[in-house]
Amino acid sequence: MNPVDIDGDSEKPAKKSDSLIAILENIQAKFGYLPEDTLREVAAETGRSLVDIYGVATFYRAFSLKPRGRHLVSACLGTACHVRGGPVIAKEIGNQLGIKPGQTTSDKEFTFETVNCLGACALGPVAVVDGHYFPNMSTSIVKQVLEKSKLGFEAIEVETDQRVFPVEVSCSRCNHSLMDPGHLIDGHPSIRITISFGSVHGWLALSSLYGSYNVSSEYEIPPDTIVNFFCPHCHAELLGASRCGECGAPMVPMIVRGGGIVQICSRRGCKGHMLDLDGENV
Amino acid sequence: MINLHINGLRVSVDKGTTILEAAKFLGFPIPTLCHMEGLSPYGACRLCVVEIGEGPRARLVSSCTYPVEEGLKVRTASSRVVKARKMVLELLLASCPQSKVIQDLASAHQVSQQRFKQEHEDCILCGLCVRMCEEQMMAKAIGFRGRGERRSLGTPFDIKSEVCRLCGGCIYVCPACQLRCTYNQPEKAICGGCANLSPPCVEKEKFDDMMCYMDPCVVCEIKKD
Repeated sequence: MNPVDIDGDSEKPAKKSDSLIAILENIQAKFGYLPEDTLREVAAETGRSLVDIYGVATFYRAFSLKPRGRHLVSACLGTACHVRGGPVIAKEIGNQLGIKPGQTTSDKEFTFETVNCLGACALGPVAVVDGHYFPNMSTSIVKQVLEKSKLGFEAIEVETDQRVFPVEVSCSRCNHSLMDPGHLIDGHPSIRITISFGSVHGWLALSSLYGSYNVSSEYEIPPDTIVNFFCPHCHAELLGASRCGECGAPMVPMIVRGGGIVQICSRRGCKGHMLDLDGENV
Repeated sequence: MINLHINGLRVSVDKGTTILEAAKFLGFPIPTLCHMEGLSPYGACRLCVVEIGEGPRARLVSSCTYPVEEGLKVRTASSRVVKARKMVLELLLASCPQSKVIQDLASAHQVSQQRFKQEHEDCILCGLCVRMCEEQMMAKAIGFRGRGERRSLGTPFDIKSEVCRLCGGCIYVCPACQLRCTYNQPEKAICGGCANLSPPCVEKEKFDDMMCYMDPCVVCEIKKD
């Protein structure tokens, strides 16, 4: 196993013993579960005893000591969901996946759990798949939801989600439009930028839909790489003063037509972004 | 000094004393199970409940964790306290009827039968062994795992701990397993346990190195249905 960055990020205060849950959350996010070796490492790094860490790890349902599947399916069995048919939904999910609650499918695709309340009782019976809430579940759509989750929900929601809208942007240096009507992503002209990372230099096309993270690029960008963005017209580097609130990488500013600035995170895979239509925080 | 009333008697004790310590010092008996001198108060067994306050504002608190307050009115043996204590004992007796400590406590409080299903648990989660291991033996080899009805006690990952020195402190303080090593049949554990002078595990080879939580010899383990 590779040495684990238990701090998650070098910018955050490191090795503080009172941030145990945050450390465990980072590990859980990275591996999908808490491996034994990593917990031992945490114990050594934070100076806490393994007993304490194990106690916390087994106390919270959010932590798992067993490997989980790529998709997490939770069916609510709280009182409100229960009277509205939660157990039937849970049974149907179990049947579709061929596993019992708490188990993971043999192809490591799905982990199925039942939960006692999600605090969304008005939506009952409710199921949550990969963080997406499905209200008023019925047994007939269980299969559909599970198949959708394999494709990923982000790709599908672009069509229907009201919060997604197209933006037109231009270079923050030369104000030349960055829109490329010849290359469509999500059915809209894409944003064309020149990028470089390592020794590679090429083009990148971003979806102009605010809220969509679909991109295409000349070269495949490895996940977690911090990329340098350049204007294809004036060749100036698009570099802002601020840093991503999610991962700490530099943000890339672009001017939105109609006023304002949109900033996106320069790290591949990070969805950190900031839209400032008044331009006050520039 | 803090002035308070215990069972109507006006007393003054040092600041920071708990009600339990004050009452014991003055000679008012309060039964305890998870309390032990030298270990931090834990308040797990609720056997040391006392009533504080007066009239409709009177309430039950665990005396081992409650520091004395100025003007506090404490009753250590009111009818409410006795009733609560008897119920606690009945529940403890149901979960761990084979424990000599619990049997003695129940007998001392005239609890001669209990209404609940006998569970024959091998642990009442009093936390004595955990505190012993941490505070007196400075090892932290065992601890609580899980939550709610799945709460249990043991080493991380259920494997032999590297920090355990096999001191036996955990077994020494355990109220549930003091008799555990003499019987493997729960119905026999109620009476005559003390007459058994040679626990079965003693006859096992390497008994000297065995510790209940670390390396169970299994001989004493209660057979549950």
